[in-house]
Amino acid sequence: MPSNDTKTDSKKNTPLVQVESLKKSFGRQVVLKGISLEVGKGETLSVLGRSGTGKSVLLKLIIGLHKPDSGSIRVNGKDVTKLTLKELNEIRKKVGFLFQQAALYDSLTIEENVGFPLHRHSRMSDEERRKRVRELLTSVGMEKDAHKLPGELSGGMQKRVGLARALALDPDILLFDEPTAGLDPITAAEIDDLILRLQKERGMTSVVVTHDIHSARTVSDRVALMREGQLLIQGTFADLQKSRNPFVMQFLAGS
Amino acid sequence: METTISGLVPFVFVLAMPYSETVDQTTTFSAIGVWLVKFFEWFGNLALFCGRLVRSAVTPPYEIREFVHQFDELGSKSLPLVALAGAATGVVLTLSTRDSLIRFGAKSFLPAVVIFSIIKESGPIITALVVSGRAAAGIGAELGAMRVTEQIDAMEASAVDPYRFLVATRVLACMLILPLLTLVTDFLGILMGWVANTAAEPISLQLFIHAGFKNVTFNDFFPPTLKTIVFGLLIGVISCFQGMNARGGTQGVERAATNSVVLASLFIILADVLLVRLILVFFS
Repeated sequence: MPSNDTKTDSKKNTPLVQVESLKKSFGRQVVLKGISLEVGKGETLSVLGRSGTGKSVLLKLIIGLHKPDSGSIRVNGKDVTKLTLKELNEIRKKVGFLFQQAALYDSLTIEENVGFPLHRHSRMSDEERRKRVRELLTSVGMEKDAHKLPGELSGGMQKRVGLARALALDPDILLFDEPTAGLDPITAAEIDDLILRLQKERGMTSVVVTHDIHSARTVSDRVALMREGQLLIQGTFADLQKSRNPFVMQFLAGS
Repeated sequence: METTISGLVPFVFVLAMPYSETVDQTTTFSAIGVWLVKFFEWFGNLALFCGRLVRSAVTPPYEIREFVHQFDELGSKSLPLVALAGAATGVVLTLSTRDSLIRFGAKSFLPAVVIFSIIKESGPIITALVVSGRAAAGIGAELGAMRVTEQIDAMEASAVDPYRFLVATRVLACMLILPLLTLVTDFLGILMGWVANTAAEPISLQLFIHAGFKNVTFNDFFPPTLKTIVFGLLIGVISCFQGMNARGGTQGVERAATNSVVLASLFIILADVLLVRLILVFFS
């Protein structure tokens, strides 16, 4: 899909995530029917689509939580489908993942949740780690709730903590699974602001999977619309709006 | 889909099988065929699970802290139940045996019968079944809930191997805690056996113990106590397997918890048949 945006084109020269003819099915249910996309360094790509079209599966494939039936996924130049678990884990340390329901560990406090990746993968002293966790929680505005358990927080607050945890190891790439789903419009806008701030402050490369058009328009450089396991259209949001494809028009109007 | 099949085949394994997407259930196979495939699929998946578990468990880094945490958790939560079950077993065993022995005029054998029965069989099996009720349900539900709420995915995504961190630590904790809990059951069983006996006919503890342990050998005590390591392995592996393979929200968690208990108890009793036989062959 041609893009009019020269800024986006220049970013695309060094793709951090490259997905090629990716196919995945669970039993007889075909979820992805050959997806190809690229995300350049510092770029944010939103993958739009109706619920249950395999968007989340795409994200999980990128980080190696599922194995594809065929096709390749390159993250930072390495094909994650061909790596050993040890090599894959090295890639995973450089990729943050915000899950749809935040997926915080129930039995750990907020502080321990955010500190978990640090505790596992860095040689920080306890004091350094506490300081880093405080910084991360402050950056998402959750420093006051550090000692609470995830069950005591609202959905939006859990997402903020999930984001802080995803950022703990200072990743190059962030994957967002429905960051605004199930949130009220104001909280959703706050999450969008957080994502935008990350892009600005850290030059983060992100893939956002969402069905929230407003959020996609706010946070992304480019969007891709998925339908029945295939990408219907890729380009800037303006390209999407210009499209005469009936499904694209319906999807945009339906929101 | 799954419920219709488990309704057709009234067998516990079908209930326990993880949601399977790979078998065409309506066209190609008959109900029996589907059941057979699922049966072997279940064992195949269990074998793969064990392979992955062993690979993660034997290679460093070892999760010592998490293991200690699980061991402590498991021990402290099972201890009161096991103690109570052991005490009750001692009382019941003494009262019922006493009645039978009096009829045969062999009352003086009572301490020996009670003590042999407890250390050789009742103690280990009661401990294993109580722990399988407490721990297998707990582990199955906990890991199942973590699976369906994507916490296990989150752990993998942050480059931590859940087989190493969650599964290996729990399985090892189950294996090591069972012999210790069995000692508790044995101790309280014997003690309460004496109490129950004394309530009917006073006899000093010293005499009870002396009469009971007179013919007890090393082989009567250690092999049956150590066989509970196998029971612990079964509890740990089955409940972790069920939990890690939970699918489908709260129902999946419920299934994982129930199946963990049912299958762990069943496998413990089946394994006991084999173990009792083996111990008789090698240690008598």
